[in-house]
Amino acid sequence: MKITKFAAVAALALGGLAVSGLVHADVPLVKIDGSSTVYPITEAVAEDYQKAKKNSVRVTVGISGTGGGFKKFCRGEIDISDASRPITKKEMDDCKAAGVEYMEFPVAYDALTVVIHPKNDWAKNMTVAELKAIWEPAAQGKITNWKQVNPAWPDRPLKLYGPGADSGTFEYFTEAINGKSKATRGDFTASEDDNVLVQGVSRDVGGLGYFGFAYFIENKDKLAAVSVAAAPGSPAVAPSIETVVNGTYQPLARPIFIYVNAKSADKPEVKEFIEYYFKHGEKLVKEVKYVPLPAKAYAYNLDHFTKRMKGTKFGGENKIGITIEALMKIEAK
Amino acid sequence: MNQQELQALRLMIGSHKRWDYLFGVLGIIALMIALMTFVALFADMAIHGLGRINVDFLTSFPSRRAANAGILSAWVGSVLVMLVTATAAVPLGVAAGVYLEEYAPKNWMTDIIEINVSNLAGVPSIIYGLLALGLFVYTFGLGQSILTAGLTLALLILPVVIVATREAIRSIPQIIREGAYACGATTWQVVRDHIVPYSSAGILTGVIIGMARAIGETAPIITVGALTFIAFLPTAPFTGDPPAGLFDWLFAPFTVMPIQMFNWTSRPEAAFLDNAAAAGFILVLMTLTMNGLAIWLRYRLRKNIKW
Amino acid sequence: MNTYAATAGKLDRMSQPSERLQKDFTRHLKERVIEAMLFLAAFVSVFTTTAIVYILISESWVFFQHVPLTDFLFDTQWTPLFDDAHYGIMVLLSGTITSSLVAVLVAIPLGTIIAIYLSEFAPFAVREVAKPFLELLGGIPTIIYGYFALLFLTPLLQKIYPDLPGFNLLSAGIVMGIMIIPYVASLSEDAMRAVPMALREGSYAMGATRLQTALRVVVPSAISGIASAYILGISRAVGETMILAVAGGMQPNLTFNPAEPGATITSFIVQVALGDLPHGSIGYQTIFAAGLTLMLLTLAFNLIGYYMRKKYREAY
Repeated sequence: MKITKFAAVAALALGGLAVSGLVHADVPLVKIDGSSTVYPITEAVAEDYQKAKKNSVRVTVGISGTGGGFKKFCRGEIDISDASRPITKKEMDDCKAAGVEYMEFPVAYDALTVVIHPKNDWAKNMTVAELKAIWEPAAQGKITNWKQVNPAWPDRPLKLYGPGADSGTFEYFTEAINGKSKATRGDFTASEDDNVLVQGVSRDVGGLGYFGFAYFIENKDKLAAVSVAAAPGSPAVAPSIETVVNGTYQPLARPIFIYVNAKSADKPEVKEFIEYYFKHGEKLVKEVKYVPLPAKAYAYNLDHFTKRMKGTKFGGENKIGITIEALMKIEAK
Repeated sequence: MNQQELQALRLMIGSHKRWDYLFGVLGIIALMIALMTFVALFADMAIHGLGRINVDFLTSFPSRRAANAGILSAWVGSVLVMLVTATAAVPLGVAAGVYLEEYAPKNWMTDIIEINVSNLAGVPSIIYGLLALGLFVYTFGLGQSILTAGLTLALLILPVVIVATREAIRSIPQIIREGAYACGATTWQVVRDHIVPYSSAGILTGVIIGMARAIGETAPIITVGALTFIAFLPTAPFTGDPPAGLFDWLFAPFTVMPIQMFNWTSRPEAAFLDNAAAAGFILVLMTLTMNGLAIWLRYRLRKNIKW
Repeated sequence: MNTYAATAGKLDRMSQPSERLQKDFTRHLKERVIEAMLFLAAFVSVFTTTAIVYILISESWVFFQHVPLTDFLFDTQWTPLFDDAHYGIMVLLSGTITSSLVAVLVAIPLGTIIAIYLSEFAPFAVREVAKPFLELLGGIPTIIYGYFALLFLTPLLQKIYPDLPGFNLLSAGIVMGIMIIPYVASLSEDAMRAVPMALREGSYAMGATRLQTALRVVVPSAISGIASAYILGISRAVGETMILAVAGGMQPNLTFNPAEPGATITSFIVQVALGDLPHGSIGYQTIFAAGLTLMLLTLAFNLIGYYMRKKYREAY
């Protein structure tokens, strides 16, 4: 009695499994993993690419983080790594040790946007020096009021919101504003989820936060973007696709990358996927609200890929305030 | 007994009855707090998500456009992973519980095992993820697959199943065992014919609680390699060209419901939040179904026990 | 005469073992094999712990080459990912202890009351309906709980206590407590249900009310099961990750005041493991050191709980 019941359940289960799933075995697979910042772009490309190939090629995308992505990449487990920062020295060594050669491609720009509450009418323009005064480590516990930063501003409590210390956004912002990567005051509301930061600033008139451009655009009705003046005396520039592309929104514009395994690039499905990425990149990047590189940058990437130019242009470190033009000019090492 | 004593007695009884009644009320209030929270959560998800649920949502793959995005790969992945988890955790957990209660001698080895089990219940789930990455993915070479995820979650819920099994077995009166032994049964026969059937209700409680937790876990599954964008299903046995083997689906890449939700809640477009609420609603329904099945089983099993 | 013969015949039969037993001389061997397999199953838990401890220790070893143990134990700041790195584990521990304490203060009283009510007071229909719903509470994904705490409970609490920050350990702790109620209530109720009716009936016969019977007869008899349920619930609170990651704020803050944001060991581990840090960097190694600390803490706690339970278990 017991055995027949068990057999019946097992048969049902297997039958159910046989009915589900309608894909062929042994289908070529492109494996991508890494940063959750780059993910929306790669997802868009993967989705359209799969549709264009009528499901004869499969693409999978994970979000283990830039660090996790590189770890898998340098073990040869994935074909493409999404990265919100350039590859570090240690990761370069790991890849070398495992015999993994790679090609580095910037795919978009992310404009780090400093946001304030819409009712905040005094801090619409800020200089890098003022931002530094607010965010540097020495400000911890001391700078708690807008008036302390600039006497022209009202006497209002200053509430800070920012991404967590493990994210590329945090690293880049601290290096660009405070001069040293990861140097920051500790007493701000940190969150991995940028939507939470949006909530925080949008509910607090004295709030100030920073995160990626896409989150600002989607919540334009709840937030206001601060125009940033790169140096004392230069004009304050508001973040937008134009100002990033023409290089005037500095220093808070950062490139985001994909890294492609050189050996995988020889596989036809990966080769086609990368070509598709660069052919349609400009359109798709705009769709997911990141800043696209100019068309010639994608053409340059394509050329770079066809010639299989390997290595990184960053030498294992981040470079702050690099414009798209300059990026294309550096020789890869 | 004189009038005074009688009076005092009546007062005492009255006071006791009042406390009894008050506790009944307190019990209902406590129950209501717990249930109201559940209703609030469920209603919140339903309000935001119900509009989004239709056949398309259940049968589409994820997409960058919120309106086209669906949970097909996610719920299939969840179901398959739960299958592996149950198949691994239940026999292992019950066997361990039975051993600890019926066979284990009272020595230091048994003490160590017992302390281990309760300790494991408190290990954060992400550490299981890191363990599984090193052990299942790399050392055993199982890859980032459904099998690995299922085994990871099985390890995660093992302590709960073991503890529930032990408590269930402990509640069986000694007389039953003694009667069986007196008829010449071996330990295994006692376990197989008496202990396991009578304690299955309690064991199921542990399994229910464990599986309910497993289906909602995110962190260890991401670490083990669950994906966020996957627009195809694992190959079913005997389909495809050449035909997939019986167990090929175990080694396929996959994703699960909580990860899909996790990704959607952190997207800037507001429409994705509705998707996440809808996915959450479906996930709770899936848990409900799984629990419902086990609860019905438990009810049936408990009906016949009278002691 | 007949009776004697009959008895003698029976005695004769009894002195020979039954045929079935005679054929099955591997019975003893089979028993031993089964016992060995069951032992292996139980040993899996030891194996898991060993593997976890091995991983934690081997990675922490690297960490402790860089950071002296005294700093780790006594520094009052936890900023391993900042440029000016501090590695004081007390900060994360304070977050873990505070949030777990709040959760336990919610879950144990509520859970026990619910368990006693369901087991001793509630009519059959109520019990059979309420128990599944309670177990469902444990099935809601923890992320949902996290967002519930952040977006629903915190604003609610802010109406009562306006100074409450948007991220705080109190909301997270309360929601964690509610999540743990099924562990405490369901397992305790199972334990109480298993107490034989005879004990209850004896108590009722003496004129005790349901409450008195529950508190003085049932609970003491079931104390071993109830204590197991508590310990499981507390362990779950200490090991919870997502609720705290979403609603507690990830700001490492040395405080025992739940009305402040704080990072716990678990939320920190999740933040770093899934973040953008390069694996193998010292920032990344911190998660293993933190995990090791957590494990040692729960081990100590479990040892105490174990020996206390051994002393007070009742057999009937």
